[in-house]
Amino acid sequence: MALSLRYAKPKRNFLKEASIMNSGDTAWVLTASALVLLMTIPGLAFFYGGLVRRKNVLSILMQCFIIVCVISLQWVLFGYSLAFGPDFHGIIGTLEWAGLAGVGAAPNSNYAATIPHSAFMIFQAMFAVITPALIIGAYAERVKFPAFLLFTVLWATFVYDPLAHWVWGAGGWLKSLGGLDFAGGIVVHVSSGISALVLALLLGKRVGYNHKPIRPHNLPFTVLGAALLWFGWFGFNAGSALAADGLAATAFVNTNTATAAAGLAWALIEWRHNGSPTILGAATGAVAGLVAITPACGFVNPMNAMLIGIIVAFVCYIAVAVMKGKLGYDDSLDAFGVHGVGGTVGTLLTGIFAQKAINPAGADGLLFGNLHTFGIQCLMLVVTVVFAAIMTFIIFKIVDAAIGMRVEEKNEIIGLDLTQQSEAAYTVIE
Amino acid sequence: MKLVIAIIQPHKLEAVKRELEAVEVNLMTVTNVLGQGRQKGVTEIYRGAKEAGGLLNKVRLDIAVNEDFVEPTIDAVTRGAHTGSVGDGKIFVVELAQCIRISTGERGGVAIG
Repeated sequence: MALSLRYAKPKRNFLKEASIMNSGDTAWVLTASALVLLMTIPGLAFFYGGLVRRKNVLSILMQCFIIVCVISLQWVLFGYSLAFGPDFHGIIGTLEWAGLAGVGAAPNSNYAATIPHSAFMIFQAMFAVITPALIIGAYAERVKFPAFLLFTVLWATFVYDPLAHWVWGAGGWLKSLGGLDFAGGIVVHVSSGISALVLALLLGKRVGYNHKPIRPHNLPFTVLGAALLWFGWFGFNAGSALAADGLAATAFVNTNTATAAAGLAWALIEWRHNGSPTILGAATGAVAGLVAITPACGFVNPMNAMLIGIIVAFVCYIAVAVMKGKLGYDDSLDAFGVHGVGGTVGTLLTGIFAQKAINPAGADGLLFGNLHTFGIQCLMLVVTVVFAAIMTFIIFKIVDAAIGMRVEEKNEIIGLDLTQQSEAAYTVIE
Repeated sequence: MKLVIAIIQPHKLEAVKRELEAVEVNLMTVTNVLGQGRQKGVTEIYRGAKEAGGLLNKVRLDIAVNEDFVEPTIDAVTRGAHTGSVGDGKIFVVELAQCIRISTGERGGVAIG
């Protein structure tokens, strides 16, 4: 009977096949993957590149560019399998999918049932790429290129991949607890931000820091980079819906709303505090808003997204403009102050503002009478902070012993462009 | 021969050039420079970190002149650059030991004009 039915209505069966794979979803996730690539190069590269001195701008562009190359390959070879491969006791993925074995056009329903598994993989690849690139902001202007390379590969393998597995991987132990991280507030921003702080403390200050103000060499680059980050972040956040659906639109709207609120709030805060609203402040605030809305964007309503933007602008402003100066560490480009602090704020606020009315697959937060979710968010935060900090400390010590993390003082003064890359960004004489 | 060095506000360059051309001083070298004087620098703020006394943009003119042109040159620069407030700039006049026109090898006063 069943056999005859199948043969009798081949067309219906064909339609059913087609509905498993959704071309709209696939198109959107592939587009979103390209948008997330745009966040690293040229977005983050120019955001950071403009903030350093002219003698170091190429070193930043090089680091961002090479991370795209290196981590893309790491991801294909074994990174994706460690993060998303078949679960091993909730701790790590096995190497069964190394070299993308079995990761092809057929969907994997554990992650995204309506798009090719390879589309999900490449979307996640762009996240794996940008996360170590965010840390560049902490060690900018004073790290050896070979040490940077080794650190990045080790960090991606031993910090990012396990953490991504815990929070996002099928069977990951934090995922099983029900923690909320829509697009990577914990995995991407808290992990990189905390690691950035540890690195800044271990590396020490740049030569001349505190005695002489270190001015950004090209703020238009920084603003261009911030704008590209904002643009690309729609792929990061709305793409994390892994479908071209209402949830993606919710994440998109929340992302834009929180970012706008944070950019404006930061400018207003410093107008009041320092007498002038600065474009660097507005751009920094916008990035802080993007960071904070990242874990929340698929779980909150737009008015609470606006609130998240305003709150994160206040907290990050205090971290960057007040706390950093008082504590005296040299987080060169505020990777911790924006990503670590902003990611923490976003993760906690997700546990407060999340509501099932927005996303039934999520949970209700503190504001909607659920203490449990907030507790899980705190736990995820503590676990990530402790894990990322300890692992970064160990990796730093290994790389420092093997090659030395920091450039010689003479080379730092000359600049990394000439001493690490043997090229100059700007000619003074033709 | 004297070398007249004038440090002026960048936006006054066109006015100074017009005044110099009016007294037939047409040869000069112009450079962008940074400086601070009685006007003091401006305060710049980057993510809350204040830098007081940042240097200001100025324009420097180097004008080599024969003795007869020294006072007209000083007057012309003053007319063009004067507003009466601090920051208008300064004029320095120094002795010039020699002047050689590279294209012809001429030396001294004849090489200046």
